[in-house]
Amino acid sequence: MADDTTPLQPQCEDALHEIYHLLSGELDDGKRAQIAEHLDRCSPCAEPYDFYAELRRTLQERCRDTAPPSLLARIEDAIQHEPH
Amino acid sequence: MADQARFAELAMEHMSSLYSAALRMTRNPADAEDLVQETYLKAYRGFGGFEEGTNLKAWLYRILTNTYINSYRAKQRRPDETDLDDVEDLFLYNRLGGLEAARASRSAEDELMDLFSEAEVKAAVEELPEAYRMAVLLADVEGFAYKEIAEILDIPIGTVMSRLHRGRKALEKLLYEFALSRRLTEPQPDLAT
Repeated sequence: MADDTTPLQPQCEDALHEIYHLLSGELDDGKRAQIAEHLDRCSPCAEPYDFYAELRRTLQERCRDTAPPSLLARIEDAIQHEPH
Repeated sequence: MADQARFAELAMEHMSSLYSAALRMTRNPADAEDLVQETYLKAYRGFGGFEEGTNLKAWLYRILTNTYINSYRAKQRRPDETDLDDVEDLFLYNRLGGLEAARASRSAEDELMDLFSEAEVKAAVEELPEAYRMAVLLADVEGFAYKEIAEILDIPIGTVMSRLHRGRKALEKLLYEFALSRRLTEPQPDLAT
C-alpha cells in the first residue's frame, strides 16, 4: 500500500483484496505464502491485515453467550421422553 | 439407549455455540432456547443417519438453520436493499485504523475490542439483513469454511461468497455508525467515494 502519494502496487492490491479470505483460511497454500511474504515486506498492508484480524477476534469473543443450565435440563428431559 | 448416551456425549458440548447463534438469529432468548431444543430433538431423531467422523457441528448448524428458516423466521423478508455502494474495501480500517494508532497508550491487540461493547457487537450482527447475517455468523463468528457454509445453508459457494462480501461491508458500516454515535470518531465523508 506504499503511502498516500504512491499508487498501489499490484501485490498490495492483491493482498488487500484477499484479507477476509486469508483470515477465513480460504486461500490455498501458495497464495497464502505469497501474501504472508508480502505482508512481511509491506507494513502499510500489514496494518489493515492486523486490524481485520482483530475485528474477527472481537466478533468471535463478543458474540459468545452461555446457554442457561435450565436449557440443558430441558433438552435432556425432552430426549428422555423420545421413544427409543 | 446407548445411542442416547453417545448422542449426549458428542452433541451437547456444542450447546452454547448453538444457543449463541440462535440468539443472533431470533434476537430473543425464549425463542433461542426453543430453537436450540428443537434442533437437538431433530438431531437426536436423525442421529441414526449421522455418520461418526463427519462434521457433527456443521450438521447441528444445518438443522438449526433449517429449523429457524422454516419455523421461526417471521416473514420471508426481501433480500435486503441495504445501500452498500458507498462502502469501499477497508471501509472500517480507513475510518478507525488511525484512531487505534492515536491511542498509543493501549495495547494494540485490544484496541478494537475496547472500542465496541459486547452489546454493540451483538446488535450490529443482529441488525444485518437475514441472508447476510447467517453467512457472516457462520463464517466470521463460528469459523466455518465457505464450503461448509454452502452445505449448511444449501446454497452454491458463489452465493456464500457474495453474501459474505456484502454482509461484511454491511457489518463494517453498522460498526462505524456505532462509533460515530458514541463520538469515538468524527465523520469522514471525504473518504466515501
